[in-house]
Amino acid sequence: MRHLITPLDFTTEELERLFDLANDIENNKEKYAKKCEGKILATCFYEPSTRTRLSFESAMLQLGGEVLGFSDAGSSSAAKGESVSDTIRMISAYTDICAMRHPKEGSAMVAATAASIPVINAGDGGHQHPTQTLTDLLTIRSLKKRLDNFTIGLCGDLKFGRTVHSLINALVRYPNITFVFISPEELRIPDYIIDMLKEKEIPFKEVIRLEDVMPELDLLYMTRVQRERFFNEQDYVRLKDFYILDKEKMILAKPDMLVLHPLPRVNEISVEVDQDPRAAYFKQVQYGVYVRMALILTLLELV
Amino acid sequence: MLNVGKIEEGFVLDHIPAGKSLAIYHHLQLDKLDCTVAIIKNARSNKMGKKDLLKVECNIDLIDMDVIAVIDHNITVNVIKNGEIVSKKELTLPKEIKNILKCKNPRCITSIEQELPHIFVLSDGKKQVYRCKYCEEKFDTRSFF
Repeated sequence: MRHLITPLDFTTEELERLFDLANDIENNKEKYAKKCEGKILATCFYEPSTRTRLSFESAMLQLGGEVLGFSDAGSSSAAKGESVSDTIRMISAYTDICAMRHPKEGSAMVAATAASIPVINAGDGGHQHPTQTLTDLLTIRSLKKRLDNFTIGLCGDLKFGRTVHSLINALVRYPNITFVFISPEELRIPDYIIDMLKEKEIPFKEVIRLEDVMPELDLLYMTRVQRERFFNEQDYVRLKDFYILDKEKMILAKPDMLVLHPLPRVNEISVEVDQDPRAAYFKQVQYGVYVRMALILTLLELV
Repeated sequence: MLNVGKIEEGFVLDHIPAGKSLAIYHHLQLDKLDCTVAIIKNARSNKMGKKDLLKVECNIDLIDMDVIAVIDHNITVNVIKNGEIVSKKELTLPKEIKNILKCKNPRCITSIEQELPHIFVLSDGKKQVYRCKYCEEKFDTRSFF
């Protein structure tokens, strides 16, 4: 029995198979509509996350399965002090597979250790969010037809953004990727990532102005500056509008560059960019469902 | 020059960096054992200038060697039988340690679930860096004591 706890739990070969399956689901939905009949997915969300939870639920429902769960810790047994291990043992008796989000780092690993069903980490605090990384990779692979040989710009909150850190760790396994980190000084990419890139001799550069690097990017991954990561409201207010991607900046970009964003956005991508064919962030949401469908089928060994 | 008598049965920890012997005493939980312990601080050493020593009169099998290795794997462990050194134990940094270090990350699952063992995995042997198995928080053992 397998779980998905970190984005690196699957080898690149296993990811290829997963993405092939996701693309097959995309093109042949009817073929998979009853694959999970009689199976139940538990969505155990100890903190609210509408998009991720609905994406999992949509994935299971489109596979013909059923869904049950809770969407905040207050309505679960955690409020009574039950441990994650005990909760997952109970969930294992009720369901066939579990997607769990929990505010504490390492909670999914604890759950996987105690579970007798596959566990999918749907976010454990600021630590890992592997299905977002799989979504990002599938989007790039589907729209660019490759996961190698490109220059990717990562823009915004590179210090606290776990999706950015996970994506970098996943992409360094592919050849000829160049990273361009675009952030204000206060939100720079952490040193341990810089050290890792240097050690692996992977090219990268750090810049402050997005305009300066737009023409060289094949992909632009935008992120939101998150209020909850700041202790000081003034710092948040000062930095939140540092980058706004608008039509003018898009003029500088390659005609086939893609704009990705893990969503939700606040104002870092102007709504006028939504109409641009290079805006891929809503397609990304759709790929998120396909990759979760492929993941559920893979972990339940139904393919 | 201070003289401390020989022990008949037990072990001697030699080449402890000066000042670390009390920390080792506590982490090995020697205070809980009913045996003779001599703590020698700031002894002269050709190799180290100053060093600490611990002489413990009890069966070495009662002791968790991983604790000593994590504190400093350059410490020499001499096993004593009938008043003589019969062997020297090699210390290597354990790949995984349980309930020796405590994760200090307030966001870690171990901060709210008390029954979970605190497990650390060696991530960089050269720098003696361990990471929490759950949250991957870094722990540099060189700055621990």
